[in-house]
Amino acid sequence: MDEGKGGKAEEVLRLSGITKRFGNLTANNAISLSLARGEVVALLGENGAGKTTLMNILFGHYTADEGTIEVFGKRLPAGDPRAALDAGVGMVHQHFTLAEQMSVLDNIALGTQPIWRPFLDRKAARERISKLAADYGLAVDPDKQITELSVGERQRVEILKALYRDARILILDEPTAVLTPMEVEALFNTLKKLVADGLSVIFISHKLHEVMAVCDRVVVLRSGTVAGARAIGETDTHDLAQLMVGSELPKDEVAPATPGKVLFALEKAATKAEGGAGLKDITLELRAGEITGLAGISGNGQAALAAAIAGTLPLTSGTIRIHGETMSGWTPRKALANKLGRIPEDRHATGMIGDMSVAENVISEAYPTRRFSRFGIIDWNAAAVFARQIISDYDVKCPSENARVRLLSGGNMQKLILGRALDGDPDVILASQPTRGLDVGAVAYVHRKLIEARDRGAAILLISEDLDEIQSLSDRIVVMSEGRLSAPSARGERSQRELGILMAGHGLEGDADAA
Amino acid sequence: MRLEPRPAPSLARTLGFTALAIAGAVIFSSILVMLAGANPLTVFWLVLKGAAGTQFAILETLTRATPLIFTGLAVAVAFRARLWNIGAEAQLYIGAVMTVVLGTGAITIPAFGLIPIIMVAAMLAGALVLLGPAILKTRFGVDEVVTTLLLNFIVILFVSLLLEGPLKDPMGLGWPQSKRIIAEAKLPRIITGKRLHYGFVLAIVSAGIVWFIMKKTVLGYEMRAVGHNAEAARFAGIPVNRVLAKTALISGGLAALAGFSEVAGLKGNLTLDLSPGYGYTGIVVAMLAMLNPLGVVAAAIFVAGIFVGADAMSRAANVPSYIAQVMVASSLLTMVTAMMLMRYRIRWR
Repeated sequence: MDEGKGGKAEEVLRLSGITKRFGNLTANNAISLSLARGEVVALLGENGAGKTTLMNILFGHYTADEGTIEVFGKRLPAGDPRAALDAGVGMVHQHFTLAEQMSVLDNIALGTQPIWRPFLDRKAARERISKLAADYGLAVDPDKQITELSVGERQRVEILKALYRDARILILDEPTAVLTPMEVEALFNTLKKLVADGLSVIFISHKLHEVMAVCDRVVVLRSGTVAGARAIGETDTHDLAQLMVGSELPKDEVAPATPGKVLFALEKAATKAEGGAGLKDITLELRAGEITGLAGISGNGQAALAAAIAGTLPLTSGTIRIHGETMSGWTPRKALANKLGRIPEDRHATGMIGDMSVAENVISEAYPTRRFSRFGIIDWNAAAVFARQIISDYDVKCPSENARVRLLSGGNMQKLILGRALDGDPDVILASQPTRGLDVGAVAYVHRKLIEARDRGAAILLISEDLDEIQSLSDRIVVMSEGRLSAPSARGERSQRELGILMAGHGLEGDADAA
Repeated sequence: MRLEPRPAPSLARTLGFTALAIAGAVIFSSILVMLAGANPLTVFWLVLKGAAGTQFAILETLTRATPLIFTGLAVAVAFRARLWNIGAEAQLYIGAVMTVVLGTGAITIPAFGLIPIIMVAAMLAGALVLLGPAILKTRFGVDEVVTTLLLNFIVILFVSLLLEGPLKDPMGLGWPQSKRIIAEAKLPRIITGKRLHYGFVLAIVSAGIVWFIMKKTVLGYEMRAVGHNAEAARFAGIPVNRVLAKTALISGGLAALAGFSEVAGLKGNLTLDLSPGYGYTGIVVAMLAMLNPLGVVAAAIFVAGIFVGADAMSRAANVPSYIAQVMVASSLLTMVTAMMLMRYRIRWR
């Protein structure tokens, strides 16, 4: 069938009137969506807008309360995870589902062979993978083990896996979150080749400029309903942002910084590997009244840097200086005693204790001080007062200070962490992925608080994988790659593309030597 | 099927699910009773009468509950900090060993001096038995479930060695038993002529102290934080390893008190059948009590009542007293299920 965009194209996927409720919460409310052959449709929405629920329904992990799904004109049975796969729908998850100790070839062919055939026809499989890879620009060595691959390569394996299973509809969940700008370009080229061959793509994202760059149509979800649908030609990022949020967004207006003296410094700091690369002789200075942004692709040493500053990962060599004083044996307690406020990367695992109450959580750093305990007895009244103060100052939505933290949303949890970390006006602030997974409103709130802290003279290190966030907030930017740091650049000095080149690890050493 | 967390559990829901758990255990036990050819109603009535029907029955139940309160507290404290102490049995026996070592004439001072000395020595010995596994866990990552469990066998064989050797009673007609403790080392009986002794009062007081520690003190807060999320606790600056070591000392000391109280309050000497598995039953007690120190008292009395009542019932109804084990085990299973349902609701898809 020959179709042109905008013409009456063959419909390959139709979701009609999908509704899914969880208790009082309606995660999806009468959502309808259609996808034509050779089309890229963006599914745009904030966290919690219902994108993931919708895809889980498509893949049979949830059963919709109402509504139907048709793939290539055939109705999909509800609640059968195999049905969607067999019908030719493939999904590339945000978190990859690869067997790390196996080769690329085995990962792709895994589960596609009939079980009564004991040996894999490797030759045929290899030929097929090579052909797919060549056709769509998905270069990857089929004999390499997954652990040897970069994140971008792993994603290509995931896409190949779907194509190998004859997927005609490809769903990509936040595919660019883990990629460098150059890898993103390569992915977009692949997508263009795929749709030229008649495949259809659903592109889940919340990054507006990417949606504008690669999609034909956009469907915007907001709190479980379709807030609007647009052809890409008749919309712009501003319009989409408004659809997503439902109101005009306040723009972060960041006044220029007035940096003061160095409050915190790492000198030739090295650590063991932690959550990716370890630090390799890093030197970093944080100055009063300045936000230093640290960009980088996930797993390149940010986790080690954050842990080293927070005091949970000891340095194997190098020194930490705070307020000009060299510290030996850096621990969380010492960090706190030296007025270092810390916002950890993972609120659930490290930031909060889910099964304890709000009051119990907000005192977890300061409980040994006289403010919250005397003679080994905790002053729960003081704790409750402090908790209520954070709840009102930071506008935390929670039933009371006795509520279990597990029941709070991510944004409210983050506000508690902010309240705890910023209490007593710390001089140095470590903010590690402070807005990950938050909705737009909460993101703006966190940004405002960080800028406020900067303006009263705090030295802030902002670690983020979101380049837009780094660029809009930071007065100075450094880039991390494989445990090393680039030389700093001032606000606006390097373009996103130049930062991307550094993130990919090119020209880091040269720059560092020059600095 | 998915589990979704519920908001804070209300009192009504807690009581409701507890009632459901008891009902479930009763129904399950009834089936077995019927298989044994008896009327469940009669059997339960006999168990209840045997456990609480007379003054003798009540005192016997409380006497049996005493060591279970201590071991239950020991387990509850340790589990709260996620230190999996399966070795209360070993700590109990070490406490008993200390009691006979010091209480059979090695020190002869009046009771008001001797009893506290023996108590403290027993607690220290039990504490040290658990400190080893705790240090192995924090330093080298050795699983404390394995080390504490295996220590039970080591300690019991060690006690057997002592009872055949240095601690053997020369007047014991060759039985592996220790000498009897002197009068000054004995815990007095609460009612003269009955078996219930002041170890029970000590157990209740201990439960109160443990409750206070867990609820009000810095140490209790640290223990709960470490138990709920050690990584977050470490990030916040809580010295996780030190807290686990302190937890081990408290837990081991409490379990050792069970051995002390059994010897000094009830038996008067140490034999290898001092504990019919009180250390392991302590785990059941602690779980039934949802690790709440005050709940441990109730759970220990409940479990002791079933065992005491089942003995009486078995004589009257000709149903094997093993039904007591089934009743305790099934109430543990239903209670653990109910605890989960108190905190989570199940969604089918």
